[in-house]
Amino acid sequence: MSTITPRAMGQALDRLDGADKVRGLARYAFEHPVDHPAYLFPVQSTVAVGRITGIDCSQASGQPGVLAVLTYHNAPRLSTEDGELRVLQSDEVAFRGQIVAAVIAETSEIARHAASLVRVDYEGRTHNVDLRAEVPGHREHLRVPNEVLPLFPMDTAEGDVDAAMASAAVRVDEVYSTPWYTHNALEPHTTIACWTEEGCTLHLSTQGVTGIQAGVAQAFRLDPSQVRVISPHVGGAFGSKVYPRADVVLAAMAARSVPGRPVKFALTRQQTFSLTGYRPPTIQRVRLGAGSDGRLTAIDHRSIEQTSKLKEFAEHSTRATPSMYAAPNRGTQQWVAELDVPTPTIMRAPGEASGMFALESAMDELAIACGLDPIELRIRNEPDTHPQFHLPFSSRNLITCLREGARRFGWEQRDPTPRARREGGWLIGTGVAAATYPVLRLPGSKATIRADANGRYAVLIAAVDIGTGTRTALTQVAADALQADVEQIDLRLGDTAYPPAAEEGASAGITSWGAAICAAADQLRQRLATEHGGTVPADGLEITADTPENEYLKQYAMHSFGAQFAEVRVHEETGEIRVPRQLGVFACGRIVNPKTARSQLLGGMAWGLSMSLHEQSVLDLRFGHVVNHDLAQYHISSNADIGAVEVHWIEEDDPYVNPMGTKGVGEIGIVGVAAAIANAVYHATGIRIRDLPITLDKLLPG
Amino acid sequence: MRTFRYERASTTSGAVALLAEAPHGAFLGGGTNLVDLMKLDVARPDLLVDVRRLTSDRVEELSNGGVRIGAGVSNSQLAADPLIRRRYPMLSQALLSGASGQLRNLATAAGNLLQRTRCPYFQDVTTPCNKREPGTGCSAIEGHHRDLAILGTSPECVATHPSDLAVALVALDAVVRTEGPDGERVIPMTELHRLPGPEPQRDTVLRHGDLITAIDLPPLAFAACSYFRKIRDRASYAFALVTVAAAIDVVDGVVRDVRIAFGGVAHKPWRAIKAEELLRGGPAGEDQFRRAAEAELADARPLAGNAFKVPLARNTMVRTLLELLEGPR
Ligand SMILES: Cc1cc2nc3c(=O)[nH]c(=O)nc-3n(C[C@H](O)[C@H](O)[C@H](O)COP(=O)(O)OP(=O)(O)OC[C@H]3O[C@@H](n4cnc5c(N)ncnc54)[C@H](O)[C@@H]3O)c2cc1C
Ligand code: SF4
Repeated sequence: MSTITPRAMGQALDRLDGADKVRGLARYAFEHPVDHPAYLFPVQSTVAVGRITGIDCSQASGQPGVLAVLTYHNAPRLSTEDGELRVLQSDEVAFRGQIVAAVIAETSEIARHAASLVRVDYEGRTHNVDLRAEVPGHREHLRVPNEVLPLFPMDTAEGDVDAAMASAAVRVDEVYSTPWYTHNALEPHTTIACWTEEGCTLHLSTQGVTGIQAGVAQAFRLDPSQVRVISPHVGGAFGSKVYPRADVVLAAMAARSVPGRPVKFALTRQQTFSLTGYRPPTIQRVRLGAGSDGRLTAIDHRSIEQTSKLKEFAEHSTRATPSMYAAPNRGTQQWVAELDVPTPTIMRAPGEASGMFALESAMDELAIACGLDPIELRIRNEPDTHPQFHLPFSSRNLITCLREGARRFGWEQRDPTPRARREGGWLIGTGVAAATYPVLRLPGSKATIRADANGRYAVLIAAVDIGTGTRTALTQVAADALQADVEQIDLRLGDTAYPPAAEEGASAGITSWGAAICAAADQLRQRLATEHGGTVPADGLEITADTPENEYLKQYAMHSFGAQFAEVRVHEETGEIRVPRQLGVFACGRIVNPKTARSQLLGGMAWGLSMSLHEQSVLDLRFGHVVNHDLAQYHISSNADIGAVEVHWIEEDDPYVNPMGTKGVGEIGIVGVAAAIANAVYHATGIRIRDLPITLDKLLPG
Repeated sequence: MRTFRYERASTTSGAVALLAEAPHGAFLGGGTNLVDLMKLDVARPDLLVDVRRLTSDRVEELSNGGVRIGAGVSNSQLAADPLIRRRYPMLSQALLSGASGQLRNLATAAGNLLQRTRCPYFQDVTTPCNKREPGTGCSAIEGHHRDLAILGTSPECVATHPSDLAVALVALDAVVRTEGPDGERVIPMTELHRLPGPEPQRDTVLRHGDLITAIDLPPLAFAACSYFRKIRDRASYAFALVTVAAAIDVVDGVVRDVRIAFGGVAHKPWRAIKAEELLRGGPAGEDQFRRAAEAELADARPLAGNAFKVPLARNTMVRTLLELLEGPR
């Protein structure tokens, strides 16, 4: 693998589409102009589990302006095994809020009103939506999930944890929990579906046009070439728009039942809470055993979380643990409970965000138990090679991040005593935690480069920019790969008309797509040199290449690392919590665009705060649904909650990860924040909160 | 959304007459609450009579030294009004602690007082709720009620009234002026909202077709140093867990007069009469404030999920009064 020389990479370029977005010229899916659209509104089940015994659509159908009402009786039969996509295929209800009918009408208002007139009768059955660690009879529903990433097995074991725990001088054995989190992208899930003789066109808000194309093609028994998916701009996704969900299939179904008319479908905020996935709640037990010098002899991390009965999704909360610290005896175990709930999905740093809250809180508890500074504890447990893979790290700068963060944050002056600092009724504390995220490369991307004789390059790839700045960063990558200026590059993405691409996820966008672009650029240069004497022929030259395999994967473990610091204030009398200061230092390879990368890391840190203090989908166990399903009730940190957020990174030159030297910046910003804040809350108040979110009632003096 | 008629009248009496003939009609202020509830199918008016520009949008000084607030004054305008800021700062603080800038620009004073509860079940037509559909049961009592009431609840309903403005108005002994099919009325703010009892569907003592035209604030010199403290789950843009609106007049260490109201604890803004009586004429100090708060909250009957509100309300009241003692902030 040859690496490319950074010229455009490293420049803090403004977003290429920034001005268009600010002016409202950048079109999001729902804004795409179409002729004579019809509108769709779903009917959702009001029982959590059961069978539909009757549907009466007569009133709804009779409303002026209603074009059709879809139910499992008249909906097209789909061909898919994906339980989430099998919408309106049977009378079975598997979660509350599942789509049981849908109205297509001339306006969205008529559709919505008519949907409220569809009468559905159910034969309800007893449901179980309650995730618990230890309940008699509950264990039967637990199972080890399938692998999410082949590199990271669900369960790992080395040595003898129990024996090491028994003989450890210092022990931590605690249970931590994280709640059900809902994504709430600013732009809700939206689709415009239209059928023509050739097939189906979907304008939609997605993280992966190629994946949607495949899912929809299969469901409708089409060749993928008959499904076109277009998604030029996306207003936030955070994982919730990676996999196709019922809404897309429903929109396509609806459009098929009103031939010639495009159907527009935008979920309401309330609907997104049951239809678009979420980060599942977790219950995690962490056991740490150490000598009195803080050197770990045992690490054990077990997690239980939920999935639906329709489809498995596992938040691999224990995934990061084996990559973190040297300990001869280690174990991780992962279970999922199949409950009568909607299917969870990817949410920013799935696994790491929830898992590192538990591990890094436990590390803080261990530092206190050992009387050690928490940074020193981590330094003492720094491994030489990857503890599980027994490979050297391609680059690992956790300690550098911790030290650099400590210096910038002013960690040295810290008095570790809890409740030692007070100011005007506020208790003040500081906390630290480590962060990590693997360097991943998703399969299935191709890039086409078309060089023309005027020195311009069209770069085509069906990647998407979900608002992160991909369009700009990939243009910089392409410029360097082609040894050209940014202005010579015309990057086109967000359309299945271009070569297929992996979804935007796993912080792997730049790695997966960028590597394909570099491969195409390489081949282009070679062809030019060998066949065309180094100049582009008059009619241009086109090359398509795949994301190549990375031969170094077998030789190195590849991870990003970081250090999160937080200052917290807790009001002595009301328990109110403020976070005036957050500081993160990250080591995530080459930074392609410091401006957009900073926004990614900063956004992750802000979300980390939100995850720590504010967000929680409140489940009503009796009905089986999230009751605080709007943005007035589901709290996301407001501007006033975010204090000074400092983002720094360590220069890393990692020649093994990919030709760009990038490791991904999308997810790591959120990882570790919750632990840093919980650790700071402990330092401020002497109260250890192991169950997120940390709300004032948990800190209120009696 | 259901279809509805939209009307504007040229006079207040015209508006009242329009509604008198439409038993399912409603007045429309800024629409920031009503329209949301219509989308959710919780409110189902067949006629909206837009009164936003009909009622006064002015804040005027009254000859008795008090202030009249037109029903159509926007929440933003009211919060920024120099007279309000100078004489009744807690009112301005209460408004600014509520909703967001955009919402406050649209929301009217009258609409704010008559906004409906934020109980999640009330806003979700798929769940039982006695306030929305009398007789169906209360989903909150054994469900999610973290934000709901601890005082004056009934077995039928434990909702809270969400308005911050109303809490300050109750503390200030404001009155509401209405015009209705049966003529004009003047209703003390302390009596406008009701406790749920067996009829939680009725938030206030207003009758169908009563139009709020203005809110009058009596003169209250010591309110020039008053304070509204809102405790909520995030620093901004959240409804109250507990609020305290307070003003205190202390001379030589003795409480000459005091006004205290709680928000977020009951179906109505909760004037702390008992606490006020205990404090009036006695020494001003932390112990006294605490005892007064405890006396006021002695009747609290919290549920499992909101018991924290009792110490929270107590501590917030004590802290608010102490901060007032320490002088203008
Ligand atoms: C996300 C969000 C957060 C919010 N946070 C807060 C908060 O923290 N604190 C807070 O106090 N409020 C908060 N609010 C509520 C907001 O203050 C109210 O929505 C607003 O004040 C209502 O005013 P309006 O003029 O828009 O009322 P409308 O929605 O127009 O009307 C509300 C009710 O009043 C009736 N009405 C209106 N005018 C009159 C009149 N003149 N006479 C008789 N009846 C009338 C209507 O018929 C309706 O029943 C929030 C709202 C939202 C959406
Ligand atoms: S508390 Fe009141 S508003 Fe809430 S569910 Fe019960 S009856 Fe309805």
